[in-house]
Amino acid sequence: MFSKNKKIDRLLTLYIPLGLMLSFTLFPIYWTINTALKPEGDILKRPLQYLPSNPTVENFVYAWSNIGFATFFKNSLIVGICTVIIVLICSTLSGYALSRYNFVGKKGFMLMLLCTQFIPRAMMIIPLFIIFKNLGLISHPLSLIITYTAVEIPFTTILMAGFISNVPKELEEAAMIDGCSKLQALRHVVFPLLMPGIVATGVFTFIYTWNEFLLALMLTNQQSRFTLPVGLSSMMGEFNVNYGALAAGSVIALIPAVILFAYAQKHLVNGIGGAVKG
Amino acid sequence: MSYSQGFPETSVNNKDVVHKKKIKKEKLVPYLFILPSFLIILGFLFYPIGTVFYYSLQNYDVSAPYYNSFAGLDNFIKIFTADEMFIPSLINSLKWVVSEVGLQLVFGMILALLLNQTFKFRGLARAAAFIPWAISGVLASVMWSMMFNEHMGVINDMLMKLGIINEPMAFLASTSTAFGAVVIAELWRGIPFFAITLLASLQSIPNELYEAARVDGASRWKSFIYVTLPQLKNTIILTTLLRVVWEFNNVDLLFNLTGGGPAHSTTTLTMYIADLAVHGSNFGYGSALTVVSFGILLIFAILYLRLSRYEKE
Repeated sequence: MFSKNKKIDRLLTLYIPLGLMLSFTLFPIYWTINTALKPEGDILKRPLQYLPSNPTVENFVYAWSNIGFATFFKNSLIVGICTVIIVLICSTLSGYALSRYNFVGKKGFMLMLLCTQFIPRAMMIIPLFIIFKNLGLISHPLSLIITYTAVEIPFTTILMAGFISNVPKELEEAAMIDGCSKLQALRHVVFPLLMPGIVATGVFTFIYTWNEFLLALMLTNQQSRFTLPVGLSSMMGEFNVNYGALAAGSVIALIPAVILFAYAQKHLVNGIGGAVKG
Repeated sequence: MSYSQGFPETSVNNKDVVHKKKIKKEKLVPYLFILPSFLIILGFLFYPIGTVFYYSLQNYDVSAPYYNSFAGLDNFIKIFTADEMFIPSLINSLKWVVSEVGLQLVFGMILALLLNQTFKFRGLARAAAFIPWAISGVLASVMWSMMFNEHMGVINDMLMKLGIINEPMAFLASTSTAFGAVVIAELWRGIPFFAITLLASLQSIPNELYEAARVDGASRWKSFIYVTLPQLKNTIILTTLLRVVWEFNNVDLLFNLTGGGPAHSTTTLTMYIADLAVHGSNFGYGSALTVVSFGILLIFAILYLRLSRYEKE
């Protein structure tokens, strides 16, 4: 009797609500994949098919080569990888300074980083457009790389400082007593222990650049330079929307972000949770 | 510095000088380390923000640069006296932020409490529940626009099968449903952020507190109110504040799902600014609106932190 009550209790307080929330989370993704796999005629046909009866990859082929998702994908990849590299170098350095040194102006710098978190992103679209127009960099990947780097560095610095603080300082000092130089100690002792944090920070940055829309829209006006979000958005705005190709394009855009997220999920979640907790 | 302690007291002057130089150099290291980040933040975050204030006092139109001139407070006067979009869009912003942050907090809390229990495949459930966090606003817009669609939408199909509606509805094109539809889509994307931060805090609550509550005969609800919530207070305050700022400025879904329509029923203040910036050319006026919205957020942030008595442990 007791155990039966417990089972019902568990069902009501865990499995049913969790099942509902997970279906809410996963259904839109399922539906997009489902739509992407249907031939064009089936998408608008009633009754709706909850499973594609004639699954096909023609939408993917069409989106990739005819609509230009190959180009959007490449553009997003270039911007993402370059931003990640610059952000990682800068934020590892500044995170190390924050976590290991006491220096005049440290508090001021920390305050500066925190303040940036309250700057409305939408506030930047007009001035950045003017700046990059004057530099002649509108529609150039550099404008997005620089902008994304600037937007991401404050938070990733806080993240990296947290990860570096988790590596005991004594390990580093012990290596130096054993005759390592500072750089050697960093390379052979600190760096390997820091790797999960670096990966998490890199993934976090990449997902941001992969997904960012408004700045990319403002700073790009040639279709050949569109990133994935801008490409998807322009496709949505067309008069006759090709839903099959749109869904396929979405799945193409979805895959890298979700794979990276799944890969680094645990560290990412701990890092973000920790950073917000302060 | 551990190695400097090794120097004998009687070290010769020369060595002392070298040592001092080394210390001086050592002092510069942190500044060198933060320099790249500092310069990038200064040049491409703070400088642009600064120029917004400058442009807000100008007549600045990219399509008619010959008429650019100093405008004084004209732009601001126009916002508060002549702009018919300003007040309605501000009200929409308020509706948007309150409904988004409120609902995300409630559902994020429920999700975090669920995922904090022990059960089989918990890791997998967590990963699945957090996925929408990694999905872009545009992608979410595509997904939900297809589901809300009048002709092929699965939501219409389900509601009709359940007998709730008789005819398919164009949820995103009707003034009575558009706002709610976008709220649901954004909610889908926003819950994981709250769940992630709240879950991290939940895990740091010592188990002894719950055991003590149980010994005192507290029900599950009571131990949530008297143990969990107080322990989560600072996280909730900070997360909500960050989220208010974020949602106030977030236009990805509004821009792509409704474009601010129908009949401006989903035009928030930021959506209004984004529309002016992307489709218009009067950047002086857009900048003035930006300054106003920044001011509103700043006042809110200060009041919020004051009133909620946020304490750093």
